[in-house]
Amino acid sequence: MGDSESGDADAGRGGTGTAHDRSQHRTEPGRGDGRDDTGVLRLRPPAHRVHRKAVAWWRTRILLVAAAAVAVLVVPAALLPDAARFWVLVPAAVLAVAGVAAAVGMPMWWYRVHRWEVTGDAVYTRTGALWQEWRVAPMSRIQTVDSERGPLEQVFGLATVTVTTASAKGALTIPGLDRDLAADLVHELTETTQATPGDAT
Amino acid sequence: MTTPDGELDGEGTVEPDAGWRRLDPRTVRVSLLTVAGICVAAGVPTGLGIASSSLFWALVTVLPASAAALAGTVVVEGVRLRRTRYRVLADRVELTKGVAVLTRRSVSRDRIRTVDLTAGPPSRFLGIVTVKIDTGEQGGSSASSVTLFAVSREEGERLRAELLDRGRPDSAGTADGRIATFDPRWARYGPLSVLTPALGAAAYGGVLQVAEWFGLRRGVITGAIDLLGGFGLVGGIAMVVAVGLVIGVLGSLAVLVEMWWNFRLDREPGGTLRVRRGLLTARSISIEEQRLRGVELVEPLGVRLAGGARVDAVATGLRSQSDEDKGARKTLLPAAPHGEASRVAAAVLRETAGPASTVLTRHPVAARGRRIRWALAAAAAPVAVAAACGWVFSSALFGQLAWIGAVVGVPIALALAVDAYRNLGHGLSGDYLVARRGSVRRSTVALQRRGVIGLTARQSLFQRRRGLLTITATTAAGSGAYSVPDVDASEGLAFADDAVPGLFGPLLERV
Repeated sequence: MGDSESGDADAGRGGTGTAHDRSQHRTEPGRGDGRDDTGVLRLRPPAHRVHRKAVAWWRTRILLVAAAAVAVLVVPAALLPDAARFWVLVPAAVLAVAGVAAAVGMPMWWYRVHRWEVTGDAVYTRTGALWQEWRVAPMSRIQTVDSERGPLEQVFGLATVTVTTASAKGALTIPGLDRDLAADLVHELTETTQATPGDAT
Repeated sequence: MTTPDGELDGEGTVEPDAGWRRLDPRTVRVSLLTVAGICVAAGVPTGLGIASSSLFWALVTVLPASAAALAGTVVVEGVRLRRTRYRVLADRVELTKGVAVLTRRSVSRDRIRTVDLTAGPPSRFLGIVTVKIDTGEQGGSSASSVTLFAVSREEGERLRAELLDRGRPDSAGTADGRIATFDPRWARYGPLSVLTPALGAAAYGGVLQVAEWFGLRRGVITGAIDLLGGFGLVGGIAMVVAVGLVIGVLGSLAVLVEMWWNFRLDREPGGTLRVRRGLLTARSISIEEQRLRGVELVEPLGVRLAGGARVDAVATGLRSQSDEDKGARKTLLPAAPHGEASRVAAAVLRETAGPASTVLTRHPVAARGRRIRWALAAAAAPVAVAAACGWVFSSALFGQLAWIGAVVGVPIALALAVDAYRNLGHGLSGDYLVARRGSVRRSTVALQRRGVIGLTARQSLFQRRRGLLTITATTAAGSGAYSVPDVDASEGLAFADDAVPGLFGPLLERV
């Protein structure tokens, strides 16, 4: 999808070092390096990818949802007369094909897009696929940092970190992080934000 | 749920029983009046219904029931009045209340965001007000607010002044008094709201509903058809619509006058904006300027065509409540002439020029193309449905509906799309980020730049192909996020960086 990010394919691949270590040497020297040049401005990609296992997690999740939807159609179809059965099985087949196609394509796409970074004074994420979203929340405005692990995430050893601000619409989520890395990240962000004064509004 | 005596005084600096105050005894009479009103409203129709068979039974059932309700009210309110007490300490407000179960609530004073006073007609007549002290916490439960029903008007004013005056030296002496007052000529904007057709339709629905209670629905409908029979089909429909419109216009005028009569917007010492309004129910709403993150100039299509605009506050801790007029709580100025709205917006923000007079940057032409495609899709959907129905049922009626829908819908959709594009704009005005959008509801928001607590850039695949981007500034106030849709990607990022330095700045690069 036109991503031409440079380098750092190893970032976020495992639990090597804490998020803090990595974010420190990724922090940019100053604001607006490119503002004086000619050319088109864009947001650079955040430094770290999510964990490679996230692809398998997303894939499993799509397959489970698609399988549940197909089952809802197929199971009652067995009880229907033959003429009606056809009209239930056709959408079931369409759903199955779409589900498999999504399970093959979407996780790869998401993996390419989903990135995150903790700079010196902000949390920066990029998420989405058809609709991509870049979000920045300054440290001084962060209110809570949560990590959450659903049943499927626990199987894959992953966690989702959610950073909320005082805005009802300002939450950042970083899905598919390694469990230990997520714990470190929550710890680091909590300490940083507690050290920052103000009521974050 | 503790005993009424002061066990919660952890500091030990206050004697447990000092400074407690009670509600005003006139509250009992207000409750009595309210219950009496309910008794009349419910008892008279019931009594008439029973009296049609037996007058004796009507009196025997309705009168004792009413008497019991009134006596019960006196007892319950009397107990509630005796058990409820409150006090204002240096650091918190405490309330003990309850009839069967005693509850005790303590609200920290520096978390109080609003103190609102409300008085319905009976309360006003007797000179008492309901005081609502609210911390405005997001998704807050009742635990974050204290409601006193009711205290004397003077006590209400005293509480409001005491609780909202933080004694900030920097804001002392900045009061510049009256900002706006209601002009009866503004009532002309009332009938232009969506309330007019809604009330007209509701009136018909109400008549039919009441008719059904008395089993007269069929009679009412045939009677109406007989009455309108002389006008023919088109004439009859026109009459029905005209009567509905008249009812709607009168109803929306009545709502506007009830809510906004005697409207005054003041800036008070201590940095508080205060809205007072209401014909029958008097309301006083206070917004601390410290909580103000900007204003929004809202122009619904009807009001905008008549040259009007409304001003809403963008403030933290102003969560909408289940008040009868929850939407109006944040409104600082009802629909008024555009110049007046612009002046009030500027005065509220303490700026010399309002957000309406900021020169805004237009958006790329590609944004117009997107709006036109959306509008055509929206107009095409009902036409396609009607055409499909016409084909399936081979009915000429559906075919004609599709044809009429296309002829009427497409030009309206195109006009709205082009208007929506022309209204898009963004710019900076002093300390404020200004963004304008919308056609049916045009909104120009001026958001305090240091009130922005996060930035989001969003780009769909289609936007990316055309080099567009939607910038959203998140904030703790108002709706939580304000967007600049379909801005040129590079220009929009530069704008976001100028508006809120340091957020997107370090993350930008040139390619």
